[in-house]
Amino acid sequence: MDRLALDIAHLFAGGLVLVSFMLLYQDRMFGLLNIFALHALVVSLSVAWQAYIQEAPHLYITAAIALVVKAFVIPVALHRIIVRLGIHRTIEPVVGIGQTMLAGIGLVALSIMVMLPITAEAGTLAREDLAFALSVILLGLLMMVSRRNAVSQVIGFMSIENGLILAATGAKGMPLVVEISVAFSILVALIVIGIFLFRIRERFDTVDVHELDRFRGEQP
Amino acid sequence: MVLVGVILLVPAVSAALLAILPDDRTTARLNVLGTALTLAAAVGLLAERPTPGPFLIVDDLNIVFIVLSTFVGFTTSVFSGSYIAHELEVGRLTPAYLRFYHAMYQTLMFAMNLALLSNNVGLMWVAVELATLTTVLMVGIYRTPAALEAAWKYFLLGSVGIALALFGTILVYLAARSVVGEGLDAMAWNVLVERSPEFDPALLNLAFVFLLLGYGTKVGLAPLHAWLPDAHAEGPTPISAVLSGLLLNVALFAVLRFKTIMSANPGALAPGPLMVSLGLLSVVFASFMLYRRHDIKRMFAYSSIEHMGIITFAFGMGGPLANFAGLLHMTLHSLTKSAIFFCVGHIAQVKGTQQMSEIRGLTVSHPVLGWGLVLGVVAIVGLPPMGIFMSEFLILTSTFAREPVLAVALGLSLLVGLGALLLRLNGLAFGEAYGSTQPAKASFAPVFAHFALVLGAGIWLPPALVAWFQHVATLLS
Repeated sequence: MDRLALDIAHLFAGGLVLVSFMLLYQDRMFGLLNIFALHALVVSLSVAWQAYIQEAPHLYITAAIALVVKAFVIPVALHRIIVRLGIHRTIEPVVGIGQTMLAGIGLVALSIMVMLPITAEAGTLAREDLAFALSVILLGLLMMVSRRNAVSQVIGFMSIENGLILAATGAKGMPLVVEISVAFSILVALIVIGIFLFRIRERFDTVDVHELDRFRGEQP
Repeated sequence: MVLVGVILLVPAVSAALLAILPDDRTTARLNVLGTALTLAAAVGLLAERPTPGPFLIVDDLNIVFIVLSTFVGFTTSVFSGSYIAHELEVGRLTPAYLRFYHAMYQTLMFAMNLALLSNNVGLMWVAVELATLTTVLMVGIYRTPAALEAAWKYFLLGSVGIALALFGTILVYLAARSVVGEGLDAMAWNVLVERSPEFDPALLNLAFVFLLLGYGTKVGLAPLHAWLPDAHAEGPTPISAVLSGLLLNVALFAVLRFKTIMSANPGALAPGPLMVSLGLLSVVFASFMLYRRHDIKRMFAYSSIEHMGIITFAFGMGGPLANFAGLLHMTLHSLTKSAIFFCVGHIAQVKGTQQMSEIRGLTVSHPVLGWGLVLGVVAIVGLPPMGIFMSEFLILTSTFAREPVLAVALGLSLLVGLGALLLRLNGLAFGEAYGSTQPAKASFAPVFAHFALVLGAGIWLPPALVAWFQHVATLLS
């Protein structure tokens, strides 16, 4: 495999980590949605590139799903939901943006330190891809815990999913990648439909344990 | 291969049929018929075992889970018939939702059977995900704020859990790829276990951490259990029974499969201590949390966390004896807990509440239900002569011989849990009757069939069963 092909693959994977950081500091709903569409676009490009250099045409399906469903359909649907529910105010993070970014940098360093030494055998392509993918997954988890709002949690989850797709396509020759990405898309679609159907505004301000305990009458 | 096909196709076809058929009385019967056929095919697998293919496998480990799973699936569908009839009567469910409920029930059975039968780690992951989705939909079926909240929480935590599990699965594939080569073989169980000694231990270690956390979320191990009590309390009771009795086992089964791969590799981290710590933490945590519960279904959900902790602990200790006890405990817990949920479901229906402060004197107002609950609690806390006494006793004594400190911690938490449940039972079952005394239209056959099996196991275990479990236990260690 020539150098250029590897460099481009790394460019896309590294770009995905950068976009994950951009997701972390968004404080407006619509901004968050646009950045997520960008996230999906980058992952789709990355998968398409992998399909090209690995000569694995079935991966183009995964790329197309990522592009159509996650870069267009879901952001548009969420946009409409947000307008209809009237929740397009600023997002209140649980922790300050500064601390979140610092924690994010720490997580990326952690995942590189964990992945690079142990994947020495796995080949150059898979190595860096996995380190980047783990960073994206951890950043997505960070986003899910540092936001109270349900829509941003869903976006955090979908960015985790993008990281997983990056990892799965980086593992050369992995079977069932397309099936797994389809299964994941169903999951995501269901989450979005869920928000839309429930349509109960205050319910989606929080998934706090305490809130639920109040419903249950287990706490005053 | 025909029988395997029946186990997978019958639930899939019934799900499609039940989604179309409008009439609610025949659909409940069709649901029972579907699960009965699946059970028959599963029992048939005991006699004839197909050769493993690239996607499906029947081996000594998963056959235990499949028979147990289809059996509880069948009895729960019988219970579900009478439970759902009442829900329709009081108008908590409309006929449209009922169709949805039955279709989802069969889809769940399909997903669980597929997860248990799959020979491919990726396919198993997809099946566990499908099972998660269907249960999420069923937990939220009542549409009350609390039910939606519980479904949402289960959804988020469950999705994060399966996302982590997928990352672990990818890492396992990577570890296998450099040895086995690309393609389906690098994801097949039988190949993975066979070639595991040659895998890169560092990759396997990292993979197992992700898999344990990911599938451990679905097992309901503390501190990843937060979804479990809410999902149990807010969904329809047949779903609570299936969740506790079956779905937690399926997730545990996934952990066990990967544990076998780990222990076959001499350079890899020993998976036992990790499982022992998570298991013990769950037992200690859940047994103390039992005291603060006010909702009857939540209380038994915490008891499920406790028992999944015990089972994980036993498998983590490893060795033929502890594995045997773990398998036995898993089987008996599934039977007992689902029977308890059958009772609790009818109790909550006749009393119209799940708050324990408003349920009193059940043995006076509803003798059969009340004594059923007493029997269930006696069984679940591990009092003799019920079977759980024996499996807990085996786990404790085998641990005492090897790690006395852990055994003391486990034993004490079991006693704490026993105290909490008996305390609550006293209020629920005895004293003056309180609230509604109208008779329950219940089907008691599933409840007492389960209890009879649990009692029978406590008094006399058939030698064939013992030999079978011993064989599986040695395979696991």
